[in-house]
Amino acid sequence: MASSEGTNGHAAATANAKSDSNRISKLPASQTPGWEYSPAPETGKVTIKPSYGLFIDGKFAEPKGAKRFATINPSTEATLSEVVQASPADVNRAVVAARAALPKWAGLPASERAKFIFRIARRIQERGRELAIIETLDSGKPIKESRDVDIPLVAAHFFYNAGWADKLGFVFQGATSGAKSSGKKSGLPELAPGVRPVGVCGQVIPWNFPLLMAAWKIAPALACGNTVVLKPAETTPLTALVLAEIFEECELPPGVVNIVTGDGVTGRAIVEHPDVDKIAFTGSTEVGKIIAKSVASPRPDGKFKRLTLELGGKSPHIIFEDAAIDQAVEGIISGIYFNQGEVCCAGSRLFVQESILDTVVKKLEIRLASLRTGDPMDKNTDVGAVNSKEQLSRIEHYLKLGQTEGAELRMPGYSGEVSPDNTGSRHGLPSKGFWCRPCFFTGVQPSHTIAREEIFGPVLSVLSFRTPEEAVSRANNTPYGLAAGIWTEKGSKMLSIAKQIKSGVVWCNTYNKFDPASPFGGFKESGFGREGGVQGLKAYVEV
Amino acid sequence: MQSGIKAAGRDFSPSPKVDAVMAAERAASFTKRSIKSKSKLAGLKLALSMLDLTTLEGKDSPEKVRALCAKAVNPGAGQTDLPDGLPSVAAVCVYPNLVKHCRDSLESMGALGRVKIASVATGFPSGQYPLDVRLDDTRRAIHDGADEIDMVINRGAFLAGRYDEVADEIRAVKRTCLQEGVKADRHDGSGKGRPISLKVILETGELETLDNVRFASDLAIRAMQEAARDLEPDTIYAPLHGSNGAAELNGSSSRHLDTSASRHVASFDFIKTSTGKVTPAATMPVTLVMLEAVRDWYLETGFLVGVKPAGGIRTAKQSLHYLVMVKETLGALAGVNELHPGGWLTPELWRFGASALANDILRQISWLHSGKYRANYDVTEA
Repeated sequence: MASSEGTNGHAAATANAKSDSNRISKLPASQTPGWEYSPAPETGKVTIKPSYGLFIDGKFAEPKGAKRFATINPSTEATLSEVVQASPADVNRAVVAARAALPKWAGLPASERAKFIFRIARRIQERGRELAIIETLDSGKPIKESRDVDIPLVAAHFFYNAGWADKLGFVFQGATSGAKSSGKKSGLPELAPGVRPVGVCGQVIPWNFPLLMAAWKIAPALACGNTVVLKPAETTPLTALVLAEIFEECELPPGVVNIVTGDGVTGRAIVEHPDVDKIAFTGSTEVGKIIAKSVASPRPDGKFKRLTLELGGKSPHIIFEDAAIDQAVEGIISGIYFNQGEVCCAGSRLFVQESILDTVVKKLEIRLASLRTGDPMDKNTDVGAVNSKEQLSRIEHYLKLGQTEGAELRMPGYSGEVSPDNTGSRHGLPSKGFWCRPCFFTGVQPSHTIAREEIFGPVLSVLSFRTPEEAVSRANNTPYGLAAGIWTEKGSKMLSIAKQIKSGVVWCNTYNKFDPASPFGGFKESGFGREGGVQGLKAYVEV
Repeated sequence: MQSGIKAAGRDFSPSPKVDAVMAAERAASFTKRSIKSKSKLAGLKLALSMLDLTTLEGKDSPEKVRALCAKAVNPGAGQTDLPDGLPSVAAVCVYPNLVKHCRDSLESMGALGRVKIASVATGFPSGQYPLDVRLDDTRRAIHDGADEIDMVINRGAFLAGRYDEVADEIRAVKRTCLQEGVKADRHDGSGKGRPISLKVILETGELETLDNVRFASDLAIRAMQEAARDLEPDTIYAPLHGSNGAAELNGSSSRHLDTSASRHVASFDFIKTSTGKVTPAATMPVTLVMLEAVRDWYLETGFLVGVKPAGGIRTAKQSLHYLVMVKETLGALAGVNELHPGGWLTPELWRFGASALANDILRQISWLHSGKYRANYDVTEA
């Protein structure tokens, strides 16, 4: 039988087929059915102190009788260090220090201020490997991402904003009528004609991009002559504290940036402090609403605090049938599984045009099976540990709820039964630590909870659409409006759809691209105000 | 077969489009994998076994080809700091005139059939010859002992949009390989009938866009496989034709897979990036797109087609990057191991066309083995 020659030797060996097939099945090369990667741990040595104080007025100090709490490595649950639970009195000291430092800092020649920020940026690069390792240890994100994305972007934000410090006159042109402006508005010196710093900025940041969010907040504030009281997230304080060490090394004047650690109580003390001029918050919509309410009451001196909020999202990712499908699949992967899906702008609602739905789901399944979930310190890990136990149980709640509501959970790489009681989401992963295998739901309806609420985990909801109009209306049918993705090879369609999507960012034929020169921020319940770019400077000046 | 979709008098590509920016980004991501210790050694040995050790110069001599064959059979000969059990390379790749010298040389070393003889043919490297001359070129190479034919496509016709012409020529060469293979002697002397593998060189450096690369890949794969089916309509291709191969693969009861036939494949068809005579030659984005074409063909039909990047792959590190790309693009496909154990991470379905690569791999292996780096003059020339 000629068919023994397989795919294409069809006719060649009609004679002697049997012996031939025997011979060939013994080819040595066929004995290598798997080529696995050996462990590739990041082995850089870092020093994490057993405990950290608060960074106030240029010094690390531990307040008397301070309460402390542990910060842990979410992939092992081992304690990394202990930090201080800053009390309202500690926050007050930080605000006082920031207020005291303000006139001098704002009064420096702009190019001098820029020098400090450039110096900080360079030092971040120099200590980049150390920062990446500590970020991964404290947050659970893969070292690949902290090394190649987080830390380079942190440095880039400082470099970018340092460049603006002495060019603010070009950004805010026409702020005066030509008459000499009075210096009395805020009592602070002018950065450029008619442009002054806001003052003391209270900044509260989340745990998903700990140091990057600190950079987004601190860099533009400093460039615009403000001083800062920053609170890193409760579960990820370490890199912000290393950043404080860098401020010391760079001889940033005391009080210009103060870093206080703690939980929501500390955050609340910052938000409610009567001498803070501006609040910048990145985090959940729930907390954002509380902050907005608090800031709605004027301070004792009758002034209102300024506020910018960068909150949650349930961003639509739209794949048209004329998209470059294999690259769109890469975009989907980066959109939802980057940083374990713990990304405010994650493309968590996938809308696939009906005609290619099966193809995309099949390719997504194949691609997901090649993602490597595990030890965040391994250089080949794609998906690391979930940041906290609390967050993991939130994700697992949605994995169950999605199935109860009728969607089908797909967990590539898990061969067992999937049910609301056994999602397979920890299959093959260590018993210590907080883990969730990347997965997705098919058969999701727009009314399902998993299509409406932010899961903040490696869980994608796949929906479909038939016409472009339906894609737009489904994409916009959400209380959020942070980001969106569109995939089509047809330029006119891309532009027309992008204009109709109500979100702060629309990525076309790509996803999760960040650059300090590009503004970022939300519509609707995803918040207001922009960070990054020229637009990001606006929140930090009085014009 | 319709190679493109006719519209307004011109053929159009029915292939999926490729986004060049994201394809390049994905390709770059493979280079960031950290391949250490055991997996590095295993990867280097694997890469060595997948090598088409190549010489394609006007000044090639019988003597040079003999040296090439000796190197191919025993790449580490003369070196004492290498581990035992290094594989031979997969094939030597030469011009048609030198095939018979390869045959004699490999036969004298008892390696005929183990190390394949690949010959470029069909008017390599330009393909700018009449079809009958190109087919005759193919016939002679097989007659002289070639196991594998590396053909070039007619880029002029492709770029002019005459896709059916390109496909017809590929089909004609494939038919010639099959027909001449039946007549050719087996290397082990057991009679007539030598499987001839066809590699279609797309010369991607001249196709320029990844859209073209994808379409040329689809066109070449389809033409080769359909030519085989047309010649042997009742054999393997037929039961699967028109059905969803991937679906059948998931159920092992499928007729197609139950035939022991498909488990013992003598030689696979390949698509190949480049002649090595045009810059750029093989790049990772181009090869990624070709891998995607091969994957989609498998998902659609259940058939395996090989891929050969050629030209520009000079370092051991690069070869590992390519292997990572193969593993992560084609490594997770259901059913492949049942058809061909190891899938694309075997010399039967993956080749590197290179000349300098072998020695860099050997130097890396000797470093892993002995902790010493070898100078260039410590490793033997081919």
